[in-house]
Amino acid sequence: MFEWNRKPFWKENGMASVTLRNVSKTFGTYDVIRSIDLEIEDGEFVVFVGPSGCGKSTLLRLIAGLVPVSGGDVFIGGDQVTDVPASKRGLAFVFQSYALYPHMNVARNIGFALETARLGKDEMRRRVARVADMLKIGHLLERRPRQLSGGQRQRVAIGRALVGQPEVFLFDEPLSNLDADLRMEMRFEIAKLHADVRTTMIYVTHDQTEAMTLADRIVILNHGKIEQVGRPRALYDRPANRFVAGFLGSPRMNFAPLETAGAAVSMLRGAGGFTYAADLAAAEGTPVELGLRPESLQLVGADVKGAIRGTFERMEDLGYEYLCYVRLTETLVWTIRATGSPPQITPGEPVGLTWQPESLYLFGEDGRRIDHRTSIPLSLGASS
Amino acid sequence: MNAARRMERQQHRTAWLFLLPLLLTLAAVAIWPLGRSIFFSFTDAYLDAPSDYGFVGFDNFVEVADDPVFWGAVTNTLVFTLVSVALETLLGLAIALLLHRAFLGRGIVRAAILIPWAMPMVVSARIWEWMLNDQFGLINKLLVALGLVEKGIAWTADPSLILGTVIFIDVWVTTPFMVLLILAGLQLIPEEIYEAAEVSGVPHWKRFWSITLPLAMPAIGVAILFRSLDALRMFDLSYVLAANNENTMTMSIYARDQLISFQDLGLGAAASTWVFMIIGMIAIVIVGLLRLDRAAG
Repeated sequence: MFEWNRKPFWKENGMASVTLRNVSKTFGTYDVIRSIDLEIEDGEFVVFVGPSGCGKSTLLRLIAGLVPVSGGDVFIGGDQVTDVPASKRGLAFVFQSYALYPHMNVARNIGFALETARLGKDEMRRRVARVADMLKIGHLLERRPRQLSGGQRQRVAIGRALVGQPEVFLFDEPLSNLDADLRMEMRFEIAKLHADVRTTMIYVTHDQTEAMTLADRIVILNHGKIEQVGRPRALYDRPANRFVAGFLGSPRMNFAPLETAGAAVSMLRGAGGFTYAADLAAAEGTPVELGLRPESLQLVGADVKGAIRGTFERMEDLGYEYLCYVRLTETLVWTIRATGSPPQITPGEPVGLTWQPESLYLFGEDGRRIDHRTSIPLSLGASS
Repeated sequence: MNAARRMERQQHRTAWLFLLPLLLTLAAVAIWPLGRSIFFSFTDAYLDAPSDYGFVGFDNFVEVADDPVFWGAVTNTLVFTLVSVALETLLGLAIALLLHRAFLGRGIVRAAILIPWAMPMVVSARIWEWMLNDQFGLINKLLVALGLVEKGIAWTADPSLILGTVIFIDVWVTTPFMVLLILAGLQLIPEEIYEAAEVSGVPHWKRFWSITLPLAMPAIGVAILFRSLDALRMFDLSYVLAANNENTMTMSIYARDQLISFQDLGLGAAASTWVFMIIGMIAIVIVGLLRLDRAAG
């Protein structure tokens, strides 16, 4: 569908991997990015995700060349581009604000970068029309940006990126300014776009749904450092640490502090009468915190064996699913998420919570996840 | 239905009520004096006895239009306006582009550049008059010392130089104003637009020509309009430097001479009305050319 014939100057075989080696960025005395190493393969869709201020947008700008690195090296397609200006890196950048040229119509917005490429008017118009068709904005070519809706503006911004036939697409929170329905639609379109053009894409978002659904691999950033890199499912199932466990999943994972007793077979005790005999023989470190996802908890009667106990606080019925909030201690409220019709429980009533042992996560003092298996077939009954 | 219409009428009434103080003030300070001035231009009144007058029709207008000194003043004013505003716009744009970039000490430079504009025009005119003095002036001393001229040039006396000198001083004084207005316009352009152009490989000159210039045009247009209207009614600079020397006489000085020096209220009012019409016409042309009325869209 596209001829990818305009290769940037360093291209030999059209491979556009992106490699960061020991990259760091300092603004004044503030370390935004702290020596990051990352390999992104040609054609891969990688999502940078993290809380606001984690440095994900800065990292994207470092790759684009819009911000110079303070240390380390950036490679694109195997070539060092650390000192190559943004305009010569052969990338495309889609901004959260769309950054359309307000005084140009849609056609010129898309084709602007081609005006200096000596293509000839007809070829230029042909390329613009092809991109516009692909994004279903062919009927808007004469309009100005301010006459477009948010979704249409986003399509123009993507069209502008597409028309230059870049080796790497960079997206900086492109869907954040759209409402929920449009966001879903555009998410779908971006996934389709990647399937069509098979170009390396790096996508920054704070929205974990976008990260989970779009990414081949997710890079989770926090305080300018990579917490974990991996396939979405792997990150969800086997988070490296407490931060990743708490960041992915909505509502977020429930945590509770633990007390330990014993050596090889540890008796772990926690809020609500939590007791767990863990086999930690092969594991390093002592667990200090437990984690359970809302969807791995079941609401049962307060007197059920093996359940931890709390007080029912509140229920939110969302139609397909419902959320329950159960208070374990004065400062600890857990969330339970389940599908079907919600049970009738009055607030203040005592309830029990159970789970499958394999859904329990344990975290050590440094936040790292600790591998474990139970030494007893099922968790013991709640001690009183 | 009826109630809605009544409410609408009431809202209109309230709106006019709020506008009333402004309209009254405008009438007192602008419309009434203007009306009086136009009224007197049809009379033969003199300044010492303005209540003693007779109507003379368009005689005053014809007399002004027949006076070659008036047309000399109009020419001086137009040349002064065209050249000084053109220079100020170009210089203003260049300096604004420089100041728009972040550099160490930008705040100080931005404040310092305002100094010429902050000084009263009379003071600036006197300072430059001294510096340009043919015998004692700093500029001539410098030129002689450098061996560029043999004896001092009479910048403010030589008829062929004096208008140029007036323009030079005006450029020195009012370029900061242009810089500030254009800089404000430049700062409204979102940085991400430039980043988008940069990433897509658009070269620097193209970014300036196709993004900066068109997007700063409304600000530049307003600055040009303000400066042009200001320049067209210029009085102080020429008057301080050369009083009613015909080589630098502006339209305003001509009108002032008729009114004050010759005490001819009718003729002075007619000259003022001419000036008003000429400036009004030029303003309409500028607004139309720069499409300032549509720039907001």
